This record gives sequence, C-alpha cells and structure tokens, in this order.
Amino acid sequence: MRKVAIVGAGMTKFVRRALETPIELAYEAAKMALDSCGLTLKDIECVVLGSAVDAFDGVCMKGEYLSGGAGAWGKPFMRHSVGGGTGVFSCIHGWMHVASGMFDLCLVVAEEKMSCCQPHPQGAFLTVYDSILERPLGLNLLWVVAQEMNHYMITNGLKSEDVALVSVKNKRNALDHPAAMLGADITVEDVVNSEIISWPVHRLDISATSDGAAAIVLASERLAERITDKPVWIAGVGYNLDTWYWTSRDLSYPVYVEKAARMAYEMAGIREPQKEIHIVEPYDPFSFKELQNLEALLLADRGKAAQLTADGVTARDGNMPVCPSGGLLGVGNPISAAALMKVCEIFWQLRGEAGKRQVPGNPKVGLAQAWGDMMQTGTVVILKV
Amino acid sequence: MATKRVAIVGVGYYGFRPVSPEVSFREMIYEAATRAYEDAGLEPKDIDGFVTAGEDWNEGHSIVDELAPDQLGAVKRPVFTVNGDAMHAFVSAYMHILTGQMDICLIESRSKASNIKNLHEITMMALDPIYTRPLDTSPYFIAGLEMNRYLYESGVTREQCARVVIKNRRNALLNPYAGHGARLALDDVLNSDVISYPLTSLEISPHSDGCVVMILAEEKKAEVIRKDPIWIRGVGWCTESYSLERRNWSQSVFTQKAAEMAYKMANIRFPRKEVHVAEVNDEFAYKELQHLEALGLCRKGEAGHLIDEGATEISGDLPVNPSGGCLGVGNLLEATGAQKLLEIVLQLRGEAGRRQVKNAEVGLAHNWRGLPTNSGAVVILSNF
Repeated sequence: MRKVAIVGAGMTKFVRRALETPIELAYEAAKMALDSCGLTLKDIECVVLGSAVDAFDGVCMKGEYLSGGAGAWGKPFMRHSVGGGTGVFSCIHGWMHVASGMFDLCLVVAEEKMSCCQPHPQGAFLTVYDSILERPLGLNLLWVVAQEMNHYMITNGLKSEDVALVSVKNKRNALDHPAAMLGADITVEDVVNSEIISWPVHRLDISATSDGAAAIVLASERLAERITDKPVWIAGVGYNLDTWYWTSRDLSYPVYVEKAARMAYEMAGIREPQKEIHIVEPYDPFSFKELQNLEALLLADRGKAAQLTADGVTARDGNMPVCPSGGLLGVGNPISAAALMKVCEIFWQLRGEAGKRQVPGNPKVGLAQAWGDMMQTGTVVILKV
Repeated sequence: MATKRVAIVGVGYYGFRPVSPEVSFREMIYEAATRAYEDAGLEPKDIDGFVTAGEDWNEGHSIVDELAPDQLGAVKRPVFTVNGDAMHAFVSAYMHILTGQMDICLIESRSKASNIKNLHEITMMALDPIYTRPLDTSPYFIAGLEMNRYLYESGVTREQCARVVIKNRRNALLNPYAGHGARLALDDVLNSDVISYPLTSLEISPHSDGCVVMILAEEKKAEVIRKDPIWIRGVGWCTESYSLERRNWSQSVFTQKAAEMAYKMANIRFPRKEVHVAEVNDEFAYKELQHLEALGLCRKGEAGHLIDEGATEISGDLPVNPSGGCLGVGNLLEATGAQKLLEIVLQLRGEAGRRQVKNAEVGLAHNWRGLPTNSGAVVILSNF
C-alpha cells in the first residue's frame, strides 16, 4: 500500500461565536496548515473538506460555499459528512486521494460555524431524527445521549464522580492549548454539582457548541520527506457505521467503534493495541464518551477505563496519555474541526511540537478517533513516526 | 497514476418518474440495491465499503449519512457519505479500491424530489448569505444570465438550444426508465414561459424520483464476477469559483479541467473520435451545448452546428444523451450523475434496447452539480 504522511497542520481558535465568516474560518486554517510546511495552493493538487451539518452554518450545500476558502478553486474538490465522525474521516478521505496514487499533495480542511444557527445551535439537532417516528417528540441531542451515558454507567457500575474525572483532566489539559475555549481548573465536585442537563449529564460533563476550523496537508511518500524532516505517517485507517435504528441498539457499547478500530489496527499491523498505541485522542464530547471509546478502541478492558483514569494512567504523564490536547471538553466542539483537531494533536505530539501539552517519552504511535451520526459511526486514524 | 484496473460489475436502479408515492426512500434504495446485487451476483457481505451521495436539505434530514446503511445491507460496515454528486461518491469508491485496502465497493444515490415542497427556497439557501441571498429571487436567474452570456460569446442560437430539448425528450420516449419523454416542436419550446430570459420553462429539466446503486470491483475480482465488466478508464472532477461575482459566465471551466484530467488518465487525445457515446449534463438545454464545448467534443461555438446537423442524435456520429438526459429522464438531484453513469454502462453492455448506440466501446459520463454550483465530474468507461 502506498504510504501517506501528514506534513503540516493548522487550526483556528475555537470560540463560541466567531466574527469570521465560515469561508474565512476555512481559509485561516488552510493557510496555517500550508504555512506550517512551506507550501502554497499552487502545490496542492486536490482538496477534501469535512463539515458535519449544513444547518449550523446556515448554508445548503455548504461544501460548495466553503470550497474557495478551503483552497479548492480550480481543483478536484469533494466534501463529505459522517456527522461527528467527520473530522477524523477527513484525514481518511484525504488519505484515499493520495494512497490511490492519483495525487501527491492533498489539503484537508474541516470547518464548522455553529453559532450561525439561531437561537442556539442545539436547534439544528432537532432535524437529525426520524421525521415521522421521532421528530414530533422534539428530541434533544443531550437527552438522547444521556440515555447512552446512563446505559454505559449502569452497565459498568459507575458513579457520576468516576466519569467526572475525564472533564477535570481534559479541561485542565486544555489550559495549555492556545486555541482552547473551555480550559479550566475544576474539581470532581464542580462537575457533579453543576446543573443537570438531562440525567445523568451534568453541564460540566459536556463540551460546548463552537466555531472553528482545522486543516492538514497530506503528502505521498515520494514528497513527504522533501517537505518535512518529520513526516507523520498514516499507518491505519478505519470506519464503520451501525444501523440507523438507534432505539434497537445496545447503547452501552459502541461496537461500530471497535470494528473501525480493528479495521485500522489490521492495516497498521497492530496486534496488541494496549502495548503499541502510545497516545490516544478519542472523541470526548461528553465525559463518559472518552471512557466508552477507550474500551471500544480496545485500549482499555471493558468497564475498566474509569479506573485507568482514576489511577492517572491517562494523564499526560501517565502510561497512556488520553486527550493531551484537552479534547472537546477542553478545547471546544466545532464538530468536524474538533475531530480534525485531534488528528492535529497527534501530529504535533509525535513531532515533539506540542509545547506545554507535550507528553514525555517520545511517543511514536498515536490514535485519533471520532464518533458521529446517530451514535452510529466510528472513524479511526493511526499515526506513526 | 493508477496502475490497477477497476470495473463496474453491477448496476441497479429504481425509477425514474416525477412522483413515487408507492415507495419511501428506503424502499426505493432497497430495490435498487437488490437489483444491483442480483446484477453482480454478489451479496452485501461481499462488499468491502459503501459510499453514498446526498445533501441534507434535499433529504429534509440533517446528517443524511445516518440513513445510509440499512437499505444497502451495510449495517456495521464501512460507510460514508459524500455531500456531492453521485460521481463524487463513485470516484471516492474508485480511489479507495486503488489504495488496495478494499476490492469491491458499492455506491448509492437517490432523489425524492417529489417530497420537497420548497426546492427553490432550498436552492436559494445554497447562495452566499451575505452577497447573493438578499437578492431574494428565483435561483434560475443564474442560469438565465449564464445562458445569455454563453449565447452571446459562442454564437449558439436559442433555436439550437431548443433543439436539444426536442432531441432529448424524444430520446426519452425510447427509454423505458425515462420519466419525461415527449414529442415537442421548436415553437413549443421557444414559446414556453420565459423563466429568466432567454431560458424558457421547457428548457429546464423537470425533476424525477429514483435511486441508482452501482458496484465497483478491482480487476481480478471483476473478471470473476462477470464476463463484461465495464472498465473505468479515466476520471476527473473539479470545482471552480463558487462566487457568482468571480466566475466565468460563459464557459464551463470545471468541465474543461475535469475532462482534461479524465482524458489524460484514459490516454485519449482526440475525444471527438475516441468517445463513442456521451451522457452530458443538460439540466438546462443550453448546458448540453456549453458542456460539449468544454468537454472538447467540439470546438467553441460549434456545439450549435452539431445539433443542427444531427450529429448528436442516437444515429449520429457522436450520440449525446441517448437516455434522454436530464431533460428526458428528469433531474435526479445528487443522483443525476449516477444516471449518466448508468446509461453509459447499459450502452457499453449493449443493453440499451431501442436507444442502443451501435458499436459503442468508449463512453463518457459528465455531470454538473446544478445551481448554484460550479462543480462536476467526468468519467470515461470502456467495455474493453
């Protein structure tokens, strides 16, 4: 299989309400990614855009609208969406372009401007449900995911305090992230005393809607080492989508994340993930998701991720740092950009460029994962130096 | 460039009619998929990956990817959705097979345009919210302005555009899957309501509902699956300026670039001679002519002569839109490109019945994403 590397990355600040237009956000991230590796649009042969939901930016076919800002003028360009899984999938869609042998240099951009959606971006989530069976109930995303959180906690015998440790860790990690919106020094008590949004979800168990963009540059093997001293190779990719009928699924365990991970591990030749993956950026829009995803990624034994967190294994200086960036809980959640931010984080960490967030020990292999659609899809990328 | 050969080994479809009250979108997809599996002699478990094409607002559902897997037999499998034309899904599946991680992929796209109560408003919502949407007028103004400029620069006449409508809707009468076959006279078209001068209502493709599913396979598996795989010889896709203010108003530049990319891959130097049949976007009648020029299938300003001479009739030396095109089959929203691919596959297999182009060995499918975009793709297929 042809080798593909990430050679550059950039992201905007994640903010509650950006003054920039969606096109400008995409442009800023794309420009930063190109500048980071000394390339210009002239060098780029194709562009891939990931953006989760048109209703946020308020533009139908928003891929077309964003195309110019993403650098796509006059180039082969495509946009995809797998809901929340989009940001990590962007890396995979870009990988396809280069690993196919058709292109040597691909720019991948992820953008989301959620604040356009008035009166609150949550409103856009009303339209992700079945129009006949579910929408009349006025379902709220928080209420639905709360059910998943409940399943997970009951199945694994967890208390709110056990899960809250993730929010504490990630928000503290985010204090060291220059683009973070939600960095904070909080305690477990802060989390469990925060307002209940929908049992058992407390306000501090969730990330916030945000605006932002991120971008990476992918290069073929033949060019990667000419562009940078430290290309970060895409060793494995995987993605998997479960049935739409979420009301019939076991919500306690995301089997589709496990399948996506296995697909990536197989491609990467990884047999013992817990030994071979050094750092992880699993999707953490809710505190419990980090734990649940770690288990589905086979990086923690079933039901044991909370204990790993309590033991400090997943801290930046632990044996397996998880969300050293601060994750969605700490950096923010402009859906597709948030997940691509995780890919950027692994990229920077493996190159030793993560500044104050740098995990010690020269990590060589990292994994980024996202989750999306109706609690339905897992997207996984494994990176190696 | 790609070294591995990939072929289309199965096609299935449902449609294409102006309304489809007898099926939900799920049932439509399920039938198209069932037919594609049957056509290929495969089952869902044989497919390595699935790619669908759809847009949220055309489906009335945010994150249409959610709805993708069940009808295809793709639950707990690799699936993703391209928010673009079916041809974008097609080239994505093609690229994924070229990587070597997958050998057999399925693509799906559909239209339930009949479900959409306010398609004009939805298209308006695709316009730039700051610069263009406040004009608050029908999106057809873009087509009208472009047609006007195209006619002015190319010398193509309104009558020649009207002849495209006559040709395509008459071809559609020969096509059992086309929803808008009709015998029209020149005056019918020229005298129909002016929607945005000089574009008249009969020059605008009506919509149809329907679904297309296709299965692609890498070379070795393709040759096992069927005796007549249809080979992908070249692909190209491109997006030009989204901004109305910055775009070229008479030429389809993205088509030129996508075609160059595809011809180069296919090693085609003289398209007019080497392409035997073409399905080219004709969502607005003038577009067929504009796209023929951009595809290099004739010189600039010559497309009008082609239609006058009958060169693009089924019996002509460059049959264009033997299926009836968008005008005759119907505008299928994101599935439009899939219909064009479908027709080329049928033509190259010799399964096109009364509209069969004789001795067709190399076919070209082209699509434009429709208003207000400046995006599209070209795929070149052959049966050898």
